[in-house]
Amino acid sequence: MTAAVHPLLKAKRRKSALRTLAFLSPWIIGFSVFFVYPLVSTVYFSFMKYNGINAPTWVGGKNWSYVFTDYPFFWPALRNTLWLVVVMVTLRVLFGLGIGLLITKIKTGAGFFRTAFYLPYLAPPVAATMAFVFLLNPGTGPVNHLLGDVGLPTPGWFTDPHWSKPALTMLAVWGIGDLMVIFMAALLDVPKEQYEAAELDGAGPWHRFRFVTLPNISPIVMFAVVTGVIQTMQYYTQPLVAGKVASGVIGNSGQQVEPGYPDKSTLTLPQLVYERGFQRFDYGSACVIALVLFVLSMAFTALLLRRNGFLSAED
Amino acid sequence: MTQATLSPGTATTGAKGHGGPDVRARRTARRKQTLHWIAVHALGIAAAAFFVLPFVFVLLTAVMSDNQALTRDLWPHHWQWSNFRTVWDTPGFLTWWRNTLVYAVAGTVLTVVSSLPVAYALAKFRFRGRNLVMVLVISTMMLPPQVVIIPMYLFWTKQMGMDGSLWPLIIPLAFGDAFTIFLLRQFLLTIPKEYTEAAKVDGCGELRTLLTVIVPMIKPALAAVALFQFFYCWNDYFGPQIYASSNPGAWTLSYGLESFKGAHHTNWNLTMAATVLVMAPVIVVFFFAQKAFIEGVTLTGVKG
Repeated sequence: MTAAVHPLLKAKRRKSALRTLAFLSPWIIGFSVFFVYPLVSTVYFSFMKYNGINAPTWVGGKNWSYVFTDYPFFWPALRNTLWLVVVMVTLRVLFGLGIGLLITKIKTGAGFFRTAFYLPYLAPPVAATMAFVFLLNPGTGPVNHLLGDVGLPTPGWFTDPHWSKPALTMLAVWGIGDLMVIFMAALLDVPKEQYEAAELDGAGPWHRFRFVTLPNISPIVMFAVVTGVIQTMQYYTQPLVAGKVASGVIGNSGQQVEPGYPDKSTLTLPQLVYERGFQRFDYGSACVIALVLFVLSMAFTALLLRRNGFLSAED
Repeated sequence: MTQATLSPGTATTGAKGHGGPDVRARRTARRKQTLHWIAVHALGIAAAAFFVLPFVFVLLTAVMSDNQALTRDLWPHHWQWSNFRTVWDTPGFLTWWRNTLVYAVAGTVLTVVSSLPVAYALAKFRFRGRNLVMVLVISTMMLPPQVVIIPMYLFWTKQMGMDGSLWPLIIPLAFGDAFTIFLLRQFLLTIPKEYTEAAKVDGCGELRTLLTVIVPMIKPALAAVALFQFFYCWNDYFGPQIYASSNPGAWTLSYGLESFKGAHHTNWNLTMAATVLVMAPVIVVFFFAQKAFIEGVTLTGVKG
């Protein structure tokens, strides 16, 4: 077949292949140099003992067994992540959907409400976390003042291992703006005729939501849940900064901070990569944790790719 | 589509009174609508309080005196605006500000310029392996920077000697960013083929088509991805923590803010003033580009 191709056509094909390659070239270089090479390298280092000074030496599965059996932070970090996936992701999706529904019903001052709901999402994570550590400061923070005034318990929030994750969850629910906008768009896309038909059948608000709204937006709910899980596994800046600021020990200048303050309750996997690699200079174990993070993220990304039609291109 | 027109049943059950059954039904419908309006807006105000009050508390604390910031009074006794001046004059603050701006502006320009042709090829060219490239783009988009940080750190510091600078964060952005590519491609898919084909008939090459026909059409999408990247760089904490921490002259606002808290650990008023100064630019940018931004967020989720 190929032999019969006209030479002119062949030249044209080669030209179009070269053109494609030229357009893709930034990504091809970036993907190879900043992803494939370091990923292979990460696998390699996970079997090495390496501190950045002495030459790396082969240690087989020692880093792997260390991380899974002896490293005191690994399982607490995984448990925290599970807690956050169950509670934080669920609340964020429910709350995002609720606020999305609310904003589609608001008639007066819609612009104001939309901006108010959206703004916290934009607050830089470090600044937002510091603001919440202040607001929830057990001694002097306004939230506990108000709670105390109305006779409610005043928890230690970021300083109490039982309350630090709920405090982080509040911070995450506060920054719901992205989900609100996505849900809002999905809700406005639900065909009006379906609501009208349901109403003619005498369906009340709950039935309309259950049998018209929900089936229509379920792909978006699924999208929000899966991306939420992926983001939660990679949760880094907020728990790290909250732990450091709330502990009162700020370690920018080398001072050693107990990771996951209070009592490992805010540890997450990416923090472990930092702790092993950049505080202990144990690059081998850091790479093991990085690969765990990689496998978990990829598993959920595969789920996302399968459920969503991202790949459908125009033909 | 009011309740009255849809439910004639309730209208006929109304007893003979003033104005007849039809008017009465309309009145109940209107009352129901008013109640609905009140309920929705009351909920809206409660939710708005939850979202806005943290900002208010932060702002009020930022203008309190040192002593008052530790008391239970929420309203400033006298408004100490000089706190912002104090923060601004802190050694280093201006440098962090400048570094953050350089990182965000350079990063944004490089990202958009390098990602656009890739997104265009993925949306408009037909070639073998296109779906594979798309899968790889989405996969890298979903990965945290920590996955490859050890080799990358060793590469930039040991091989390139760039420890203590932001260049290891800026340079890779000249080679496309997965999220930007993905978003631009989603947007380019919505542009009918006829536009690019008409340009081709007129003898335009692909690059000229992209620059003269497509770019003017996708300005909102370009604005959205530029904003996303700008905010990503502005907010980035992990990157500067890894590459810039050894050199305070290269710190960014997000990274420096934390050390600011360390130096002023009982002065919540100054810390909150610094927090306000870090949040402010993002919020100002948002107010100017709200529409493009929200369209962009929508785009991340609609294609399902």
